Amino acid sequence: MSNEAVLHAHSGAHDGHEDHSHEHHHQSFISKYVFSQDHKMIAKQFLITGMVWAVLGGFMSVLFRLQLGYPDANFPWLETILGKWAKGGHISPEAYYALVTTHGTVLVFFVLTAGLSGTFANFLIPLQIGARDMASPFMNMLSYWFFFAASIVMLSSIFVETGPFSGGWTAYPPLSALGDASPGSKSGMDLWIVSMALFVVSSLLGGLNYIATILNMRTKGMSMTRLPLTIWALFFTAVLGVLSFPVLFSGFILLIFDRNFGTSFYLSDIFINGVGALPNEGGSAILYQHLFWFLGHPEVYIILLPAMGMVSEILSVNSRKPIFGYMAMIGSLFAIAILAFLVWAHHMFVTGLNPFLGSVFVLLTLLIAVPSAIKVFNWLTTLWKGNIRFTPGMLFAIGFVSLFISGGLTGIWLGNSALDIHLHDTYFVIAHFHIVMGVASMFGMFAGIYHWFPKMYGRFMNNTLAYIHFWVTFAGAYMIFWPMHYEGLAGMPRRYYDYSIWESFKQFQDLNQFISLVAMIVFAVQFLFLFNFFYSIFKGRKVTTMNPWEANTLEWTAPIHPGHGNWPGEIPEVYRWAYDYGKDGVDFIPQTTPVGADESVEH
Amino acid sequence: MTTTVPQRVSKNIHPHKFVMWVAMGGIIMMFAGLTSAYIVKKNQSSWLQFDLPIEFYYSTAVIVISSISMFLSAKAIKAGKFSQYKIMISITAMLGIIFILLQYLGFKDLQARNIAIVGPKSNSAASFLFVITFLHMMHVLGGVIALLVFWVKAIRSSVEKSSLMSVEVMGTYWHFVGVLWIYLFLFYNWIG
Ligand code: HEM
Ligand SMILES: [Cu+2]
Repeated sequence: MSNEAVLHAHSGAHDGHEDHSHEHHHQSFISKYVFSQDHKMIAKQFLITGMVWAVLGGFMSVLFRLQLGYPDANFPWLETILGKWAKGGHISPEAYYALVTTHGTVLVFFVLTAGLSGTFANFLIPLQIGARDMASPFMNMLSYWFFFAASIVMLSSIFVETGPFSGGWTAYPPLSALGDASPGSKSGMDLWIVSMALFVVSSLLGGLNYIATILNMRTKGMSMTRLPLTIWALFFTAVLGVLSFPVLFSGFILLIFDRNFGTSFYLSDIFINGVGALPNEGGSAILYQHLFWFLGHPEVYIILLPAMGMVSEILSVNSRKPIFGYMAMIGSLFAIAILAFLVWAHHMFVTGLNPFLGSVFVLLTLLIAVPSAIKVFNWLTTLWKGNIRFTPGMLFAIGFVSLFISGGLTGIWLGNSALDIHLHDTYFVIAHFHIVMGVASMFGMFAGIYHWFPKMYGRFMNNTLAYIHFWVTFAGAYMIFWPMHYEGLAGMPRRYYDYSIWESFKQFQDLNQFISLVAMIVFAVQFLFLFNFFYSIFKGRKVTTMNPWEANTLEWTAPIHPGHGNWPGEIPEVYRWAYDYGKDGVDFIPQTTPVGADESVEH
Repeated sequence: MTTTVPQRVSKNIHPHKFVMWVAMGGIIMMFAGLTSAYIVKKNQSSWLQFDLPIEFYYSTAVIVISSISMFLSAKAIKAGKFSQYKIMISITAMLGIIFILLQYLGFKDLQARNIAIVGPKSNSAASFLFVITFLHMMHVLGGVIALLVFWVKAIRSSVEKSSLMSVEVMGTYWHFVGVLWIYLFLFYNWIG
């Protein structure tokens, strides 16, 4: 069986063992915690690295919110930590742009892509499909270490003389292609691009593995239509990544040639102050935008789909009801994955795109509302008349649905090219994507962590802290991002350093201050979560039963502390889908339970 | 979902083979991105027209032949003819190296004709040709290295049965980079 073959391919020492649980092996510290090939350990490595980045990236947002909320104030402690970037306790414009850029890059790629997919694809795929490990545990390990290398390079860019890249997370040329264009365009950009190249390799290695594992390594009886929705979502996520990251990579390669070898893919005879006109001829910066957004739009769904999958699972478990419209959920994931490749130009409505072409993209963009609405409908109907258990995971899952609705609705505004002329590059866009992608996916991640923590560490997290964490974050997220819609409608552009000097935006000074204040409170509350997480790993209440949430999926049939190989003895066989909750009056029927003789057929 | 239908689990394709197929999908997307960028750029101003280096015609022939020898080496190992396998796999690797050299000579040819591929005097037409071809060369190089590993394994030890699968994966990749080059070659000639 390929399952056994894969686990053994990398460990010749196991020959002749009947028992595959591997718990009896004494591994060295290095092979167990550092260069581990166990998918569960790799998942934790992704999670913890993602958390470190979330703290750093979040802290950056606190810093630039200080500038936006209090443009005239001086904070001497800023100079202490930022040095020359905050002379006299006032963040410099260069530092402001560097912070915004690094915040965006780090949160989008390192936290919500690697931290989210990396963690839960690794943790859940083998456990929920009934596999001993990934198709290639070695590649899986490489995937993490490429991410780690990318992290180190990105981190080092913060400390270079000229500062990290500062031209926005999308790295448009010419700012990204011309070293002379800004301080951050110098070595900061070199490091940015190296880091991102490493990151792309990491994502590809991971994605290949996830796809191969899901398609080839399912246990006996686990047909595709019996898979939990988490797995379906992670599957489409990986497909999106494998097909779109290479395109970004090709865009980066052309960028590298423009930066370092004098080619003119993106650069033309631009005039730079103090340098003069460039010798380049005929390059098109818009070309980069096409290549970037061909990844960029699928990327936002790479971030969102895992959260959708986990939320579907958590909502069903905690409503004690089957997920509503299982097949429709898969179909809408599929539709979203296809459409994700066909709408990239909605980020480019105002680049001089041909209006007729634009209208095609408007249509395709608005079509995404259909599968999105199907999903929302199914989540709500799953909750409807459910016997709801408000666990922290469940609260975050419900919060996700709320945020997805709020943020998705503004997508429909932006998807109209005529409206977008007014709204493009304003705070309306900031509000839209932070709610629908940023905060919503964070909520998905929190839901996943609270829900699967008992499986990860064999202990529970503290509920009281979790409830405080939820309510403050939930209310705070709306208080931060909702007012930004009004600012954006009034025309307030994104990426400005100081709005107080603009007559039209002065009126928002108090509002900006309010937003900044809430942002700081929400940031602070995340430390409750971090404390809860790390404290509970060591001191949390112990899990005493294999299936604490009374869920149907396979991970809860594994031992409380599964070894490498997940199940001692045989891998369990599957006889039904994952959502038999409340069927024939039985609260839940695990997937491993054979179908009874008098069981009703429909679910 | 219908709980009564007996379910079959697909185990007919080895995961490693499958990983190769998905990876090829990713590589295709990368070159699709580059060639679409090429088309977009071509339709804009100041696009230099020039003839493809003659070496690219030779290299096309070489990579086609190498696909045949790769096919023969897979056939040999399946038939248990190990000495033939050794010969064929080394021929394939050699042809791969010759391919890379020919591509390099092709770039030299461009330079000899005063067509700059990089630098301030370069035209995107030549730069694109260079970057795309270079990236393809890197993929061939990866294949050559893998072939050499197979070759060293073959002369160091007797070829075991288990390597049949990896030779097949190798073959898939090798034919793939061949087809990819043919696509690029046709693209340069008729579209580019
Ligand atoms: C009904 C669904 C949606 C529609 C119609 C839609 C439409 C749009 C449009 C037209 C823009 C460009 C606005 C501009 O720059 O002027 C945009 C920006 C954005 N959207 Fe959406 N969106 C939808 C859902 C989503 C979802 C689900 C996500 C993430 C999971 C998302 C993430 C983003 C991001 C990250 C940006 C801004 C990127 C940037 O400029 O930095 N959107 N959206
Ligand atoms: Cu988009």
